[in-house]
Formats: sequence, C-alpha cells, structure tokens
Amino acid sequence: MKKTRVGKMAACVLRHVFKKPATTRYPFVKSSSPKAFRGKIVFYPEKCVGCKMCMRDCPSGAIEIAQTGEKQFEATFDLSKCIYCAQCVDSCLKKALEFSGEFELARLDRRQCIVTFRAPHQKTP
Amino acid sequence: MHDLRDLHDVKVPFGPQHPALKEPESFLISLRGEKITSMSVRLGYNHRGIEKACEERTYVQDVYLLERICGICSHSHSTCFVQAVEEIAGLRVPERALYIRSLIGELERIHSHLLWLGVAGHEVGFDTLLMYAWRDREVVMDILVKLTGNRVNYGINTIGGVRRDITADQIQEVLEAVRALEEKTKYYIQVATEEVTFVKRMSGVGVLLPEDAVRLGAVGPTARASGVDRDIRRDDPYAAYARIPFKVPTSTHNDVYGRAVVRLSELMESYQMIRKILKDLPEGPLTVRAPRKVPAGESLSRYEAPRGEDVHYVKSNGTEKPERVKVRAPTLANIQAVSRMLEDRYLADLPIVIAAIDPCFSCTDRLIGVKQEARRKKDTMSWEEVRVSGIRWYRERGIDFSSLNKELERWLG
Repeated sequence: MKKTRVGKMAACVLRHVFKKPATTRYPFVKSSSPKAFRGKIVFYPEKCVGCKMCMRDCPSGAIEIAQTGEKQFEATFDLSKCIYCAQCVDSCLKKALEFSGEFELARLDRRQCIVTFRAPHQKTP
Repeated sequence: MHDLRDLHDVKVPFGPQHPALKEPESFLISLRGEKITSMSVRLGYNHRGIEKACEERTYVQDVYLLERICGICSHSHSTCFVQAVEEIAGLRVPERALYIRSLIGELERIHSHLLWLGVAGHEVGFDTLLMYAWRDREVVMDILVKLTGNRVNYGINTIGGVRRDITADQIQEVLEAVRALEEKTKYYIQVATEEVTFVKRMSGVGVLLPEDAVRLGAVGPTARASGVDRDIRRDDPYAAYARIPFKVPTSTHNDVYGRAVVRLSELMESYQMIRKILKDLPEGPLTVRAPRKVPAGESLSRYEAPRGEDVHYVKSNGTEKPERVKVRAPTLANIQAVSRMLEDRYLADLPIVIAAIDPCFSCTDRLIGVKQEARRKKDTMSWEEVRVSGIRWYRERGIDFSSLNKELERWLG
C-alpha cells in the first residue's frame, strides 16, 4: 500500500485561485467553431441536378428537394430534424451541399427551423 | 441493545426517478437496518426502439442511428455495426481507415475514462476531482471536434472506411494534447492512490470476486478489476489493434478502488497506443466502394468499448435494409454483477457501486418478445389491445379521460 495523506489536491486547488478561470464567457464573448465542425448545411441551387441522393441517405428525413422549373431545384431543410451528420454532403455527387460552422441554431418556434434555399430565378422572400 | 436479527426486511424502491441516479432505472432494495440483503434491478424506462428502427432504414442511415445509442461510446457502436456489415459484404477496409478508427476509439476511451473519474469523485463527495478531471477532459473533446467535426457523435465511420482524413498538422496537435493529458493523468493517478479519503472510501466497497465476475459475465474494466484478464482488442483484434502492442491492465483489488486503478492505467496505455498509431499511420485511400445492397448473410461483431465488450449482430437479406440488428451494450453484461456487489453491504455504498460499472442505461434498454410455445397465456398485444388495456388500467384507479377526450374533440371541431 502506498503512503496516503489528506488534502492531496489542496496545493493544486490553491494554485488555481491565482490563475485565470478555465471556462470561457461564451454568450458574451463570441465562440468560434473549428474548421471541420459540422454545422448548418448550405445548399447551392445552381449546382443541383435533382438526383435526390441526399434525400435518400438522410437518416432523419430533414431534406426535401423539389423541382421548380427546368433544371431548377430548391431545397428545404428542417433544422429541428437535422442531426448534423453531413451524410448529404458526402452523398451529393455535384457538391451542391456543404456544411458551415454555424451552430447557434436554437429557435423558440419550430417553423423558424425550416430553411428554404430557392432556385436562382426565384426571389427569396 | 437491539438485536439486528429481530429486524424485518424493509423494501425500498430506488428509482426510476431518484436524485442519485443519472438515468431512469429502478432498483428494489431489501434492507435490514442499513445493510442491503438483496437487490433486484429493473430496466426498461429508456426503451427507444432503435433495433426496430434499423430495420426500416438503409445501412448508411443505420450507421448514424446506431451511433446515437450512446453519447459517450458512440464510436464503439458505429464501428461495431460497420464491421459487421463489412464482413457480410466482404469488403477489405484500407489500412489507413483502420488506423484512424483505432485512433478515434482510443481518444474516445480517454474522454470516457476521464468522465468516469469525475463521476466517481462526485459520487464519493470529492467534487474537486470532478471539476479538474472534466476540465482536462475538454482537451480531448477539442481534439475530437477538430478531427471529426463533432464532440460526441463523431460520424467518422462509413461502411467501407472512414469519412475524414487526418493531416500532418492535426497529428502534431494530437501529439501535443496527448502529452498534456499524460501529465495530468499521472497527477490523477497520484491523487487517486494517495488521497486518503478517496482510497478509504473506495477500498473494500462493491467487492466482486473473480469467480463471480466470470459467472455473472462481467465485461470491460469491471471484470479486469476483478482479475479477469479479458480484452477484445487483444483477444479478437479488430481495426488496427493486431499491429499495436499494448498491455491489458488488470487489478486484484476486486473493489471500486481496483476499477479506478484499472481505468487510470488504461488511460496511460491509450496515450502510448495513440503515439504508436500516429507514428505508423500508413498512406493510402480512406474508403472502398460499398454496395448499397448488402448480400444475404449474418455476422456478429465485437468491440472493446470503454465500458466493456459491445456486441452487434446484423442479418441481411440482400436488400438495402438489414433484416435484423441486435445490440448488446456492455452495461447489460455488467448490471447483473451490481446486485452481487451490494449483497450484505451498506445502503450508502449504492451510488458509487452503481457508478463504478460506468452504467449507461439508455444504451442497455432492449425489448425481447418471448413467444410461448404452448400459448397458455396470451403475451403479445396488438396496438388496439394496448390502447384498450391502458384505458381500463386508469379507469380501475379512478382516472377517466373520456370526458376530457370529448371536450378535446369539441375544441378541435
């Protein structure tokens, strides 16, 4: 048996009284996500060919691709369903989908979680 | 002086909702005085129907669904599943992908064991350890988010390989983090073995003898702390473990203290393994092309999760969706041992003994339908029968929703 004693961590704790806190002041100080972070999905309508592979592979059924005109597609994402796995980005053959570092996506109203990326000729409301 | 033998057994329900429990599960404890005479465990408060949901989804979707069985050992479950599917489909996963899987697996073990150390500290009233262990756990969490894109559900696996490569800069970052963590872990080993309050509170608590550990089928650090030398990484190597030398730490303490020592020693092994993985990381592709339709077959895959052996069984039928997926999480193997550990022990030891197996009850919950051959009693119900019996159950207890239902219908028009 090793020699034991009381207050083994006391020295470490006392040292930290004079150090900066380990936490960050997050909502007051902006926090950035690393480059590889899988955040909100971005859709580029001009690249989409409407193969709907992303819809087929999405584990939570959060994507809806709809044809709005000749070779014109729009995408609707339900961010409350999305699990941010970015499988759609991998599945897309034309690289029309990309993940961004955006992570502050909580909303009080579920309807605000539905994001639509319109085809270029349409006006975004 | 009262004679304790004159006391009656008192039955105390512990849970499903209890401040000392992190997840809902129910224990029925028989007490004589302050000592536990017997204990029964009842799971089933966290059933999510994941196995059934797997049958309705494609293999690609299932990887992400099964990853979400557990928030701590998510990589374990997804690797275990993709290994089974790859075996059925006969895919040869590239070496580099196998090394990256092992790397993430070990990083996951580090974060899981540091988390456990904090929880164990908290359960014995040593919250200082909780705060410091969890502060240092952030180092490995930051590394995981940089490598994989998320802190918990890494999403690194795909059928036939891994989704993300690791760059030279990232290798340097990981090595630096491992160096910092190794120093911190050495300090925690000192604290855990020298701090008298910690050692005395843990020693002799939750004793599980080696023969009981084998008989009750304990796995992972719980078994290894009882001197049972079992580790799937060595006994049935998967990913890159066959090419990485490592020791399997065991302990003969048989108690909660032993479990702490085993986990801390495993941390030191993991650091050494990560260095070896990064040094030997072979060049090459990350994935092989996986077919959407997996040929008919079945496979059983084993994985040494931070909590013990994780088992996935997959049966395919030649379509895009599996016919059956069965998951055996490590907690299910360990939970039987908890009742044995607590027999004839004090009630106050209960929280730390439960916490010492590092339980994850949400991962464990599975439903098994048993069909009686003789069909003496009807044991399966249709949805309508469940509804009717539910209404009857409440009505017998004086609760009637029918007037409320009528009002609701009137409201909705």
